[in-house]
Amino acid sequence: MFDLVWLIPLCPLIGSVINGLFGKKIKNEKVIGAIAAGSVFCSFIVACGCLMQLLSLPGEERHFEKTIFTWIQSGNFKADIGFLLDPLSCLMLMVVTGVGFLIHLYSIGYMHGEEGFYRYFCYLNLFTFSMLCLVSGNNLLLMFVGWEGVGLCSYLLIGYYFHKKSAGDAGKKAFVMNRVGDFGFLLGLFAMFWWLGGNHNIWTINFRELASHAELFPVGGITTVICLCFFLGATGKSAQIPLYTWLPDAMEGPTPVSALIHAATMVTAGVYMIARMNFMYIKSPTALLVVACIGAATALFAATIGTAQNDIKRVLAYSTVSQLGYMFLAMGVGAFGAGVFHLMTHAFFKACLFLGSGSVIHAMHHALHHEHSDADPQDMRNMGGLRTKMPITFWTFLIATIAIAGIPGFAGFFSKDEILWQAFSNPHHGGANLLLWGAGAVAAGLTAFYMFRLVFMTFFGTTRLSDKAFSHLHESPFVIVFPLMVLALLSIVGGYLGVPKVIGETLGGIPNLWEQYMEPVFAYSTEYMKHAGAHGEAHSMAMEWGLMGVSVLIACGGIALAYALYIVAPKAPEKFVATFPALHRAVYNKWYVDEIYDFMIVNPCKAFGDFLWKGFDVVVVDGIVNGVASVVKGFSGVLRHVQTGLVHNYAFSMAVGAVVIVGAYLFS
Amino acid sequence: MLALENYLILSAILFSIGTIGVLTRRNAIVIFMCIEMMLNAVNLTLVAFSRYLGNIDGQIFVFFIMTVAAAEAAVGLALMIAFYKNRESIDVEDINVMKL
Repeated sequence: MFDLVWLIPLCPLIGSVINGLFGKKIKNEKVIGAIAAGSVFCSFIVACGCLMQLLSLPGEERHFEKTIFTWIQSGNFKADIGFLLDPLSCLMLMVVTGVGFLIHLYSIGYMHGEEGFYRYFCYLNLFTFSMLCLVSGNNLLLMFVGWEGVGLCSYLLIGYYFHKKSAGDAGKKAFVMNRVGDFGFLLGLFAMFWWLGGNHNIWTINFRELASHAELFPVGGITTVICLCFFLGATGKSAQIPLYTWLPDAMEGPTPVSALIHAATMVTAGVYMIARMNFMYIKSPTALLVVACIGAATALFAATIGTAQNDIKRVLAYSTVSQLGYMFLAMGVGAFGAGVFHLMTHAFFKACLFLGSGSVIHAMHHALHHEHSDADPQDMRNMGGLRTKMPITFWTFLIATIAIAGIPGFAGFFSKDEILWQAFSNPHHGGANLLLWGAGAVAAGLTAFYMFRLVFMTFFGTTRLSDKAFSHLHESPFVIVFPLMVLALLSIVGGYLGVPKVIGETLGGIPNLWEQYMEPVFAYSTEYMKHAGAHGEAHSMAMEWGLMGVSVLIACGGIALAYALYIVAPKAPEKFVATFPALHRAVYNKWYVDEIYDFMIVNPCKAFGDFLWKGFDVVVVDGIVNGVASVVKGFSGVLRHVQTGLVHNYAFSMAVGAVVIVGAYLFS
Repeated sequence: MLALENYLILSAILFSIGTIGVLTRRNAIVIFMCIEMMLNAVNLTLVAFSRYLGNIDGQIFVFFIMTVAAAEAAVGLALMIAFYKNRESIDVEDINVMKL
C-alpha cells in the first residue's frame, strides 16, 4: 500500500480538474458531488491502507519515503516530488481525508441549489489536494507548495460569494495576512538551507535528512532565528497573535468551508509544521518560550472575545483561534505529541460544531425565508428553542460542545488536560510554567462558558422567532446530519487513544496508545531532553490528579455560569452590559484590534502605496515611457514632409542619389 | 567596324534622354517608355563591351534584362489600367492618395 501513497493527493486533484473543466457542462449536482466526494473517499481508503501497513511495522521502522521524480536540480540544491509516510504524516492524512470526506458529503446537501455548485467543489477538491501535499511532502519546498496552495484555496472559498463586498474583502485580508506569514516561512527555509550548506556542506531540505543532521544545529543562535522565522509562517497560517484577525472574517465563506479549512485542517498546518521540525525547536529555548507565550496569550485573548459575539459562526471562529493557541502552547512546552493529539480531537469536535452551526443556519435561513424576513439567520439573538425542532443537530452539537469544554470522558478532556499538565510540569520554562498553565486554565473556563452560552442561546429557552417561522423550522436532510453523527461519535471515542498515564495506571494498565504511536517522530527531541539532563521537578501523581480536578472544576464553573446567565436569569447579561458598557463594547468590538491594525499598519501602507502610484508610477515611470514616445513623434512630424507624394520628386532624388554615388566612386 | 567609343556615346545619349524624360514628363506611359529606353541604353553598352572584349557574358546579361523588362512592362501596364479605371487619368501628379 505504501507504493500507492502518491494516489492520496492525486485523486482530489483529478476530481478538481474534472469539476473545474467540465462541471459547467455536467450541471447535474449529484454527479458533481459524487466526483468530488468520491475522489476524497478514494484518498481516504488509500490512507487507511497506509496506516494499516504502518501499524504492522515495529516502531523504529515506521517510516517510508516514495520519490516520484526529481523536481528541481540545480547545483547542490535538489528538491523531489516525494512523499514521506511516518506516524505524524499518516495521522494528518487520515484526518484530512476522513474529516474532509465527511465535509464534502455535507456540502452536497448544504450547497444544494447554489449558483456555481461545480466551482465550489472544484475549489474544495483543490484545497484537499494542496493540504495533502502539505502534510505528505518529504521536503520543505513541497510542503511550501501545499502551504501556498491552501492559502490560495482559502482565498477562493472565502470569497465564494464574491458579489458580496464583505466576502471579497475577507478573502483579500486572509490572503494578504497569510502572505506575511509565508514570507517568514521562506526566510526560515533560506536561512536553514544556507547555514547548513555553508557551514557543514550539507545541502538538503529533506525532512528525514535534516532530522538525521539535527545534532549539527547549535543550541540557540541561528537555530532560534530559523525557528522564529518558521513560527512567523505558522502564526499566519494558524491564526495566532499577531496575524489572527483574518480567521474570524473568513466566516464569510460557506459554512462547510469554515469547517474544513478554518477549523479542522488548514489552520492546523502551522502546528503540523512545528511538530515536523520538532528537532530544531527543542534546541532553542527562546523559540520555545516565544511559541508557548504566543500560544497561551492567543488562547486566552481569543476566548475573551468569544464571550461577547452574537454571530454563531464568529463564536466558533474565536473558539478555533483559542484552541489553536492551546496547540501552540503544547508545542512551546515541548509536548509535541499532546499538541498533535489536540489537533486531531479538535478536528473532530470543531468540524462537528461548525457543521452543526451550518445545519442550524440552513434551517433558520429557510424559516426566515418563508416569512420574508430580513433577519440575520446567523444571529443567535434570533434563535432559541431549536432543541425540539432539530433533535439530531442538537444532540451532536451538545456532544461536541461537551468535548470542547473538557468534561471528562469526551475527547477534548484528554487532549486539553494533557496540554495543561505539560504546561505545568515541563522542564523548559521554569517560573513561567505557572503563568502558562494559568492562562490555559482560565481560557478553558472561558471556553466552557462561551460554548455553553452558544448552546443555551441557540437550542434552549423559548424561541425568539415568530410562530410562523418557527413552525417552518425542520431538521436538515440525511446527507447533512450523517456527517454530524459520525463526527459526534469521533468526538467521544477519539480521546481514548490517549488516556493520560495517571488515569490509565489507576484503572489498571490502560496503555497510552497515542504516545506509543507518536514516539518515533519525536524520538530525537525526547533523547535530547534526556541527555540535556533537564528534568522538571518531580511531580507527584497527587499533583496531576489535583490539577486535573481543578481544570474540570473550572470547566464546570464556566458551564454553571452560562447556565445561570442564559437559562436561570436571562436578564442578567443585559444588566451586566449596562453596568460595564465600556468593557462590553471593547470585547464586542474584538478589543479594537482590527482598528489598531488599520491605524498602525494598513493605512500607512495604503498611503505609501498611493504615493508610489501617484508620485512614482504616474510621474516617473509613465513620464519616461510617454516622453520617449513624444520625442519620436516630434521627429517623425518633421520628417513626414519629405514624403511629398509627388512621383517626380522621388525620381529626382533617386537620380541625384545615383549621380552622387557614381561621382563619389569616380573621384575617390 | 565602328570604334567602341561610338557605341558608348550613343548609349550615353539614349540614357540621358531617358533620364530627362522620367524626370520631366507627367504621363505615366511616357515615363514608362523612358525607363525602357534607359534599360536599352544599358543593354547597348553591355553588348558593345561584350563584342569588344570577346566575352559572351555581357550578351547573356542582356537576355536577362530583356526578360525583366518584359515582366516589368506587364506589371506596369496592369497598374496603369487599374489606376485609370479609378481615376480616369494616368497623370503621375494624381497618384497621391497615400499622402497625409
